Amino acid sequence: MNDTTTDRTSLSAALAELMEDYARAIDRDELERWPDFFETKCIYKVTNRENVAAGYPIGVIYANSRAMLQDRVMSLRDANIYEDQCYRHLLGRPFITHTDGDTVHAETSFLVMRTMQDGVTSVFATGSYHDVLSVTTERIRFVERIVVCDSARIDTLMALPL
Amino acid sequence: MISSEQNVWPAGDVTRVPFWIYTDDEIYRKEQESIYLGPVWNYLCLEAEIPKSGDYCTAFVGDMPVVVTRGPDGGVNAFENRCSHRGSLLALKQRGNAKDFVCVYHAWRHDIKGNLLSVAFSRGVNGEGGMPPDFNVCNHGPRKLRVTTLGGLVFGTLSDETPPIEEYLGEPILARLNRVLRNKPLRIYGGYTQVLKHNWKLYFENIKDSYHSSILHTFFATFKVSRLSQGGGLIVSDSGAHHCSYSLVHQGGADKEFDQEKLRSNMEQEFKLQDKSLLEVEDEFNDDTRAQAVTIFPGFVLQTVHNTIAVRHIQPKGPNETHLKWTMIGFEDDSERLQDMRMKQANLAGPAGFVSMEDGAIGGFVRRGSAAADKESTVVLMGGMSTSSSNSRATEGAIRGFWKAYRSYLGI
Ligand code: FES
Ligand SMILES: [Fe+2]
Repeated sequence: MNDTTTDRTSLSAALAELMEDYARAIDRDELERWPDFFETKCIYKVTNRENVAAGYPIGVIYANSRAMLQDRVMSLRDANIYEDQCYRHLLGRPFITHTDGDTVHAETSFLVMRTMQDGVTSVFATGSYHDVLSVTTERIRFVERIVVCDSARIDTLMALPL
Repeated sequence: MISSEQNVWPAGDVTRVPFWIYTDDEIYRKEQESIYLGPVWNYLCLEAEIPKSGDYCTAFVGDMPVVVTRGPDGGVNAFENRCSHRGSLLALKQRGNAKDFVCVYHAWRHDIKGNLLSVAFSRGVNGEGGMPPDFNVCNHGPRKLRVTTLGGLVFGTLSDETPPIEEYLGEPILARLNRVLRNKPLRIYGGYTQVLKHNWKLYFENIKDSYHSSILHTFFATFKVSRLSQGGGLIVSDSGAHHCSYSLVHQGGADKEFDQEKLRSNMEQEFKLQDKSLLEVEDEFNDDTRAQAVTIFPGFVLQTVHNTIAVRHIQPKGPNETHLKWTMIGFEDDSERLQDMRMKQANLAGPAGFVSMEDGAIGGFVRRGSAAADKESTVVLMGGMSTSSSNSRATEGAIRGFWKAYRSYLGI
């Protein structure tokens, strides 16, 4: 990939579009689309700043294959019990930290509001996506998506992914 | 909130629990005094959080903020996180390393064990002001806790009457704890805090409730991994305060009772995980036990599910809020395979856990359901009226044990 300004601008736009689509899939309850944003071998992890600072590897959610993400969707649909709820992702612009051939490293801020059955909307999570993406002319996919929440606190439960 | 003065415990026993016990402000205040500051062992932290001399972390004993430190002698100390002058916090960060604790407000200085060492400007300035001549730093200082450690866990108490922890727990509970901890150096894998919008007792009951697990949590049953019908047992300490429930590996075979109950988890459709590695298990304790929960009154849980090991600390934050602080652990000598399994299986526990996410919500459902039920009671009759151990987990014996102990601490 040539690191010319136009390339970078179009890459940045392509990433932003991907991030928006990812957020739409979750916010519009199209969870079945969620695993498709990832490579078959991938890392998806939700953790927090405290764990990252202390070097602790575990997160609230962890998957190292797309199949595990599909299993999570199936479990949410068929096994787990939780109150109906919806998220609203508000995303910052993806910041490309560096590129390495077809691999792009980017960080994107997020704010997720959650609305529960009683109509209360509250800030559920804020933080930053730390992404490694594989980019080809046809598509962009996550090789790794580490979701670093600013707070270690989670209200009640985290059913839907961030 | 109706004051508890107008409320009396329903006649007789611990098979009925009045709903006002979960919301009453006066009860909350009494619990702070009679339980948390009383003759109990409060979980504080893991030794692995403060490995080196001068390391400290902050913790809670009920509402009381506490600092836990590692002294130069290697011993663990704990004292109230409150300046002996006018009450400011002494430690502001959650963890760190310190030589001493100097209060930011007026610079009163405390050593690593919480002793007051010196007072800024105690002689005054230019011969004016200063502390009275008979002021002695030895007579001042934040409250100190008596500390005990057990297999890498740190507990503290403010009462001289709390018996040694081995006696406090009793042999059977101690054995189930040691089965996991084995005095091996612990490794911390990570943590998070789940905020529950309901009383702490609803959560403690939930863990002691071995009856609900394969009904409310359908993940294992849906994927045909585990059921109430598999072998296991429930141990309740003599005091009733502590418990252990455990289940053995599923032996297969007919689940007649399950079929008859037509539970959600018994759907016709066959569900299969696409990535089965999540359900691989290493029998690391060599006893075919697949899941175990040990509780220590008033707020500690050690849970193992397959190869995930979680410490949960139940922290009351007022009558209607509870913080559940999770620390996921393993051992320093974990093999690479075991490390991978703990990473993956962490998906079973916590606020997003396949097997435990429901526990975060259920107490809120109870709180909302019982909002107008101050004069009503719960029914705790499953498995009879006793608080004794049993081979069946279709019992609420450990919940009755909890209320037996709770009532004796509160004198109600
Ligand atoms: S409150 Fe700590 S020195 Fe005054
Ligand atoms: Fe549960």
